[in-house]
Amino acid sequence: MRKYFFFSLVSGLVSLSVLAGDSTHVSTKKILRNTPINEGLEMPAGFSAVAFSNGLGQARHIVTTPQGIVYVKVDKLVKGKGILRLKDTNGDGKADDIKGFGTFTGTGMALRGDYLYASSNSEVFRFKLDKNGEVTNPDSPEKIVTGLVDKQQHNAKPIALDDKGNLYVNIGAPSNSCQEQDRANGSKGQDPCPILETAGGIWQFKADKANQSYKDGVRYATGLRNVMGLDWNAQANELFVIQHGRDQLDMFPEFFTPEQNAEITAEEMFMVKQGANCGWPYCYYDVQQSKKMLAPEFGGDGKKTTRCEGVEQPIVAFPAHMAPNDLLFYTGSMFPEKYKNGAFIAFHGSWNRSPEKQEGYYVAFVPFKDGKVSGKWEIFANGFAGVPTVMSPREAVHRPCGLAQGPDGALYVSDDVKGEIYKIVYKGK
Amino acid sequence: MKKIMFLAPAVMLALVVIAAWQPDKETMARGKKVYDTNCLTCHQADGGGVPNLNPPLEKTSWVLGSKTRLINVVLKGMNQHLEIDGERYSNVMAPFNHLTDQQISDVLTYIRNSFKNKASAVTVGDVKYVRAKSK
Repeated sequence: MRKYFFFSLVSGLVSLSVLAGDSTHVSTKKILRNTPINEGLEMPAGFSAVAFSNGLGQARHIVTTPQGIVYVKVDKLVKGKGILRLKDTNGDGKADDIKGFGTFTGTGMALRGDYLYASSNSEVFRFKLDKNGEVTNPDSPEKIVTGLVDKQQHNAKPIALDDKGNLYVNIGAPSNSCQEQDRANGSKGQDPCPILETAGGIWQFKADKANQSYKDGVRYATGLRNVMGLDWNAQANELFVIQHGRDQLDMFPEFFTPEQNAEITAEEMFMVKQGANCGWPYCYYDVQQSKKMLAPEFGGDGKKTTRCEGVEQPIVAFPAHMAPNDLLFYTGSMFPEKYKNGAFIAFHGSWNRSPEKQEGYYVAFVPFKDGKVSGKWEIFANGFAGVPTVMSPREAVHRPCGLAQGPDGALYVSDDVKGEIYKIVYKGK
Repeated sequence: MKKIMFLAPAVMLALVVIAAWQPDKETMARGKKVYDTNCLTCHQADGGGVPNLNPPLEKTSWVLGSKTRLINVVLKGMNQHLEIDGERYSNVMAPFNHLTDQQISDVLTYIRNSFKNKASAVTVGDVKYVRAKSK
């Protein structure tokens, strides 16, 4: 039985490298022209980037094994497969051996010990890894969690694992702000919001128990609209998450202009302890007033803070609508000291900022010390979009979506437009 | 045979008239205003939509095809995960049945003749008819 299949891409790459041996001057020039320096990314001095792989389609979250294998979760099947396994066998920094397995689409992927976890939009599976980091049961993963809400909107199930045997699953709210009529002008909020019973939060499950669903899990944190980036921070010994904040404040035009909608509502990063309530849908964080405000669906007017005083405050408030799609605490030694234990965030890029230009489409960095934010955030790698200004999201040639740290300390970034996997390394000045 | 020969110029003329048809400037201006207020946020200024979230309006079968289906999207919104020209989009669209027949006629005519689209107008009568049937 054929457990794996090989892409024609592999043979394509092999033939490309064979061809390179006797390549003409013209074809070399062509390759150089088609390969911009650092894959078109702008980064601080000393960093460089190569395409570890390309053309994988909707490449979402990624992980690396201690052996350097990269696993990619794709949200659109590639030749019938939902997980791609990338390996650089000749050490040139590029994947030259690609296999696929798994038949489900989705976003989430995480690795802990000898297990690779991957999620569809309603379930979480795990695969066993052998001592070489290869999956031993590609056709028969264990189903760890099942039956989670999947109502299209915000249905991705990003996951994280702690070191105590727990699995954390984001269950995004299938709604913008829990209105009676979702995304309708002036529609009031449902109060209390029934969505919070089964979504709009992080659920905790056992990492090694099969077939768990809501009754087996714990609603670990609530009031989170949709969390695409979550990671366990071993220094703080806590879970950190970054939320996609609400859209369309200007559905209440008596209080908010489109320009205010474009700027006000933060993308919030939180440290969430068990039982945390981060406020959605009743509250949003206003980056201009630096506080949690009552949402207009629930009687807010841009000034009221009623019922928002007690909710969890963000540890970082990023500009509105930039769509943080992954969070990674960097524990490697390749990058300079300031990056150690800090957080990288992949911003997928905004859509809800018209008439202003769109924002995001980059990887940001937040310095941390002893598990606490220790400085201002900054843009780390920019230029994924490939155009100076994005007015409409489809103009972006690449959009960052997933992050992983290689065993050598390199940072991998996935792109879910073209399916490029960037490998960012530091070689010093 | 003779009859067909006789009809040919008339058919040709009709085709030329259809091809040359363009909505009047006033309709397009009114349609753009409705678009900018109600549609632009999700479908974008260039009609490009948002990949995987909100469908594009440029050269899609849902915009250029059946007027009844298109009018119903505006009146009833869209909350099914339908495939549109091979892609799926996860955001919901709220019903816009508070718009008047004139506004819906204007905005759909505008959409069908913007973003590289070229298709016949959606009349007030079309909207009135579909609205009455959908009640």
